[in-house]
Amino acid sequence: MSTAARTTWLRELIRKPYFWGVVAILALLLLNVLKDPNYLALTVNPTNGNLVGNVVDILRASAPILMIAVGMSLVIATGGIDLSVGSVMAVSGAVAMVFMKDAGQSGSLGVALGAIGLALLVSAILGVVNGVLVAYVGLQPFISTLIMMLAGRGIAKVITEGQNTSASNESFRWIANGFMFGLPVVFLIAIVIVIIVGLVVRRSALGLMIEAIGINPKASRMAGIKPSGLLMTVYILSAVLAGVAGIMSVGTVMTVDVSRTGYQMELDAILAVVIGGASLAGGKFSIGGAVVGALLIATLDKTIVFLGISSSATPAFKAIVIVVLCLLQSDRVRGWFVQRRRPPIVRPEPLPAEPKKQEVPA
Amino acid sequence: MTDTLPIVEMRDISIEFPGVKALDGVDFRLFPGEIHALMGENGAGKSTLIKALTGVYRIDGGSIVVAGQERQFTGTRDAQSAGVSTVYQEINLVTNLTIGENVMLGHEVRGAFGINWRATHAAATRALAGLGLDYLDTHMPLSTLSIAMQQLVAISRAMAIKAKVLILDEPTSSLDAAEVDGLFRVMRSLRDQGVAILFVSHFLDQIYAISDRLTILRNGRWEGEYPTRELDRHSLISKMIGKDLRALSSLGGSRRVDQRDYESDAPLFAAKGLARRGSIEPTDLDIHRGEVLGFAGLLGSGRTELARLLYGADRADEGETTLHGKRVDIKNPADGLEKRIAFSTENRRDEGIIADLTVRENMILAMQAERGWAKPIPRKEQDELVAKYITALNVRPSDPNRLIKNLSGGNQQKVLLGRWLATNPELLILDEPTRGIDVGAKAEIQEAVVELAENGVSVVFISSELEEVVRLSERIVVLKDHQKIGEIVNGPEITAQHVVDVIAAHGVEAAAESDIIDAEDEHDPDTSTPTRTPQASTRAYAATEEES
Repeated sequence: MSTAARTTWLRELIRKPYFWGVVAILALLLLNVLKDPNYLALTVNPTNGNLVGNVVDILRASAPILMIAVGMSLVIATGGIDLSVGSVMAVSGAVAMVFMKDAGQSGSLGVALGAIGLALLVSAILGVVNGVLVAYVGLQPFISTLIMMLAGRGIAKVITEGQNTSASNESFRWIANGFMFGLPVVFLIAIVIVIIVGLVVRRSALGLMIEAIGINPKASRMAGIKPSGLLMTVYILSAVLAGVAGIMSVGTVMTVDVSRTGYQMELDAILAVVIGGASLAGGKFSIGGAVVGALLIATLDKTIVFLGISSSATPAFKAIVIVVLCLLQSDRVRGWFVQRRRPPIVRPEPLPAEPKKQEVPA
Repeated sequence: MTDTLPIVEMRDISIEFPGVKALDGVDFRLFPGEIHALMGENGAGKSTLIKALTGVYRIDGGSIVVAGQERQFTGTRDAQSAGVSTVYQEINLVTNLTIGENVMLGHEVRGAFGINWRATHAAATRALAGLGLDYLDTHMPLSTLSIAMQQLVAISRAMAIKAKVLILDEPTSSLDAAEVDGLFRVMRSLRDQGVAILFVSHFLDQIYAISDRLTILRNGRWEGEYPTRELDRHSLISKMIGKDLRALSSLGGSRRVDQRDYESDAPLFAAKGLARRGSIEPTDLDIHRGEVLGFAGLLGSGRTELARLLYGADRADEGETTLHGKRVDIKNPADGLEKRIAFSTENRRDEGIIADLTVRENMILAMQAERGWAKPIPRKEQDELVAKYITALNVRPSDPNRLIKNLSGGNQQKVLLGRWLATNPELLILDEPTRGIDVGAKAEIQEAVVELAENGVSVVFISSELEEVVRLSERIVVLKDHQKIGEIVNGPEITAQHVVDVIAAHGVEAAAESDIIDAEDEHDPDTSTPTRTPQASTRAYAATEEES
């Protein structure tokens, strides 16, 4: 009885969509600890009280991925996809850098806020374009956002006139490199935003409606849900979050390189969502799953560097980890595993041929 | 027949789902050359038993013997290779492939250079010929066929793999009378060739017309196995529902007699010249407060199309609608909902349920949509509301957190009815609310309709079963060929035959102008020939029909 209860409990845990993501993060950390027993060590910088260590680096690196992964999870839940997040990051970074460069006054908080505001506004406009193409024009999300993915880099190049653009602004730099309560500001901002988005989505009926249109758009429409508004909301949100990610990403080095900033980040975002257990077909989503996925990707990136895997082997290593993870998550693969361990079917003794059926009452 | 050995013998089958015993010690035998009906209410375990036999579900107890060999199928493919083939209620074919590809999918004839398409199509034609369908062009897309023909194609597909056992799960639920006759001819000829057929249908007439024996399930338990001709309808229904039939027929609501003074009573909702190109000709309509207005007509007569315009599911091209005497323009379902109109679709699977959401989420969805996402319904209010409708409509199982896809069709329908009732509509449009559901659920839904009307809700009631429309409605709008051809004020002397007469009489007058192309029939070579007889929708339903 108690063993049965325990196995169901275990099975429930394993069935959590992002269970294997957590396991993978722990496994990667373990791998690093095997190489260097002090990998997880955290030290406090005596001069400013900030935490220093590999884990802190991972958290810092995960911030932009968290942003785009959360946006992507909502887009995917509607049955769509947003391939433009990497390019939107570049545009957002470009807008912020050029604005600050032109404004001069390094260190002015006003300039930093202006740069952030303008960058997010431009990102939102790109999101509106995506949303209009998907919700009103009726283009497939893949195509709409693919257009934006290509156009976005072009726009970023126009903004920066094709040059890598640097600016100096201490307030802006602080976002990406500063510390607060001993933790990186950028990670704290990311977590706060994730929590706000999570609360808005789950405490309102937004999440339910997004899932409904993702699962069955026709039935949702018949139930009175207006999909256009929801789709607009979701694509704008995804673009704004990508804008935030762009700011975080250029803030680290205070330079935007339009061909590198946010490059292929859309793939990381999609992977994070998939690792989080969501189906690309839309429907059920989990913000928690996307967070686990984003943390895993950040951990994986850092691990590759730490283990000294040659840069040419990096994509292959990343791919292997992700394939294994997806296999572990697959119901079918788990089914094989469970089936093989099922006790053989007990064959009952053959019964006498005459069945026990009763005859018909008149 | 019973002196031969059964081809399928299931003994003491038990299947448990979390929290429910779906099947509890059920026995089932199927002999070669018989048509065996599996009877029971929705949720009695019919589908579960079929899925146990075809390997979709794993059995937790009991044994399955097929052709003298104990089997435990691990999937439909496995079952197929043992000669057990299934045609599901919702046709599982690929509409954008050709007819031939559909028949042979997975069993294509292979040659040295991959698939030999010529031989594959020839084999498909042979399989179709077995059902008298060799006149079909196997190179045409499946979507060019009517649902009925697709059903026959699905059966050909089953026969193409030399099935010894054919399982037909509610094959007739979307067919009209002539199409059912065609299907039955095919079934009889297969039976005579020695195929064992397991047949599920909610139409008792069909059970009596076609089956040789029947097995009754109730609440996952075996209730008995009888030769069909030795069990009368009363006993059959009583065994299915475990109650006496008389108690039930009083449930179904009494005939509504119209006493309204239509001249002085201003209508709640009125439409003038409402039309949409290709789906419904200009139509005038009045709906009064607390009235049940029936829409009668054959499949494809425009009754669904008209209802969709009222709700805004489709947008009207012309005409005007008034609500409470004021002009309203209903452009989409959200508009309809806002105007307190609700529409329950006939297409439960595609336009009704959100399969992967729970019963609770499905039930509150329309109400939430109306409020907008920013104003969530508090969880406590949700729970109360859902509990109320689960009890009132007798949804089983009563767990609000179960995914709706795991409920039987009748219970899904009740959840959807709950969804619309939760929006507190003034006008409720029910398109085929009782199709494909069992006697008990049907009576419960009919009763709910009467009660709603008594509480002042106007109901538009659409059904293929004329008896049902006549019994519940105060007035009946008759449709044919995408137009309203008449209106009958109900009274004690009106019967389903009156409605049939109206449809048939109009047919004679309109014969000259019958070349109106209608959207549905374009896909349907069958219906251009006058096979759709008026009797199509007089399919009687035994539970609610008085036995003579």
